[in-house]
Amino acid sequence: MKKLSARRRHPLAAVVVLLLALAATGGLYTAFAPADKAQADTSAQSLAIDEGKKLYAVGCASCHGTGGEGTTDGPSLVGVGAAAVDFQVGTGRMPAQQPGAQIPAKKVIYSQAEIDQLAAFVAALGAGPSVPTEEQYSPEGADIAEGGELFRTNCAQCHNFTGKGGALTNGKYAPTLEDVDPKHIYEAMQTGPQNMPSFPDTTLTEKNKQDIIAYLDVVNSDDSASPGGLELGGLGPVSEGLFGWIFGLGGLIAVAVWVAARTAKAKKS
Amino acid sequence: MSSQDTPEENLPAERAADEHGAVRVADEKDPFADPGLPPHEHRIQDIDERAAKRSERAVAFLFTLSMLATIGFIAAFVAIPKDEIVYIFPLGHISGLNFALGMTLGLALFCIGAGAVHWARTLMSDVEITDERHPIAAEPEVKAKVLADFKEGAQESGLGRRKLIRNTMFGALTLVPLSGIVLLRDLGPLPEDKLRHTLWSKGKLLVNMNTNEPLRPADVVVGSLTFAMPEGLEEHDHDFQNEIAKAALMIVRLQPDDIKDKQELAWSYEGIVAYSKICTHVGCPISLYEQQTHHVLCPCHQSTFDLSDGARVIFGPAGHALPQLRIGVNDEGYLEALSDFEEPVGPAFWERG
Repeated sequence: MKKLSARRRHPLAAVVVLLLALAATGGLYTAFAPADKAQADTSAQSLAIDEGKKLYAVGCASCHGTGGEGTTDGPSLVGVGAAAVDFQVGTGRMPAQQPGAQIPAKKVIYSQAEIDQLAAFVAALGAGPSVPTEEQYSPEGADIAEGGELFRTNCAQCHNFTGKGGALTNGKYAPTLEDVDPKHIYEAMQTGPQNMPSFPDTTLTEKNKQDIIAYLDVVNSDDSASPGGLELGGLGPVSEGLFGWIFGLGGLIAVAVWVAARTAKAKKS
Repeated sequence: MSSQDTPEENLPAERAADEHGAVRVADEKDPFADPGLPPHEHRIQDIDERAAKRSERAVAFLFTLSMLATIGFIAAFVAIPKDEIVYIFPLGHISGLNFALGMTLGLALFCIGAGAVHWARTLMSDVEITDERHPIAAEPEVKAKVLADFKEGAQESGLGRRKLIRNTMFGALTLVPLSGIVLLRDLGPLPEDKLRHTLWSKGKLLVNMNTNEPLRPADVVVGSLTFAMPEGLEEHDHDFQNEIAKAALMIVRLQPDDIKDKQELAWSYEGIVAYSKICTHVGCPISLYEQQTHHVLCPCHQSTFDLSDGARVIFGPAGHALPQLRIGVNDEGYLEALSDFEEPVGPAFWERG
């Protein structure tokens, strides 16, 4: 005690006291209130990852490898992020039925809770884009005209001017965007599923993506107006020309044949 | 209209029993004798004035309907606002004005045609007429006269005798078309070397077309697709379309190990490659990029380029690889062009070499 008291006027004494006080406060803080909460969070998260790992082992591991490292049948999932899982499984593309040029969208077989668990597991394999929140992808208040311009610059080459989809090489195709959930459109742009290139936030900002979703919402929903009438798939001059040649010209020929086939004579011979 | 509502006395007399069906023994000397025209058969309208009146009324009705449809067209044009959208069953949500104009104009034209056809078939004369062929050759006297006149004319003009006149006339006639050919030279102006150069030059930054911000290497991730234009080009510039048509750029990032072509690797920056977006076949904008195969497909004629191998043509009619832009990074960390394209972008042309 005497020793301590003798050094109480030492130039470093104040620093030592301060350090001790800080350490005590910090120690008490971690020991009490916040410690419980942090504990709970981690366990919920790790629980989801554990559940996801079980689902993954059953539904995905045969192609993507037991640790998500990928095999010859499926790409590595390290770093694809939760958004990719939410898109692929949420649209029914994964799990794939069979290998082929392209894995089509089909019936979704996992519940959203299971998809979230899978996503948590895959996200834990390596950092990647996370699932967007509703305010990120909601078309509310976005600039539709700007969205149209962005869509024509970035997307229309494959997905057609109003998102009707189109053909690519060797059996691959760009699917139609009609009635696709805005969340899935957002995730597709962010992650670039299958052969689609990605459009990360660094080159196509969050606002840009919202504008594109708003544009699609206007031109490509069930009740979007088509001033010209029959759209014929919205594929442009090819389908329109085909319709004109077959039904327009065909109708004229049919009428001409019908007129000539009926005789005007009083006595039918 | 059947013959049942025609009075019995108005029907033509029954035809001879052997006219149809019965096979007559052919004439031995002329087995293919001309059978001549079958007897003319009348229409109901020819023999029954009431039927003719009905046809007349039908034709007049069609023409009147056409008039009403035209009036309807004008009324629709005046009355219906041009951006009104209506729902019509099989067609969906369509413009009411378009629908009304199309229907009324279609009806007006159709009724004129249908009325004319009905008129011709039921009321205009349908009696068959025979018009015999005539020999085409002229009579020998006429031929002789024409030839004699020609000879006389040639002699009187002195064309054979006065050779100076003849030769200078031939000369004049030969030279006259030259003026027309020389005028073709005025088509132009010639493109000079505009086809060989674009706005890209050393030090020009690559500007993202979505955000109008210059790109940094970190912005472009593997598997992404970005479109860029040269810095300084603004969308409202009067020559924007002309310039972007040559300078449009597509930027992708590959794993450097995936790049097979040595020059492509040398002209890239950390795997970021910049290629012309204009197809070398007939100049369609081409950006159907498949990020796993690195193929780019042209939607017009299916030319396919392999971006991992110097944008080599692997399918389709395109004649040469897409031109690559040499890129690097400037002092501030932005992507910049290191030169213009080394070869002309877009389709081949005569002097391209």
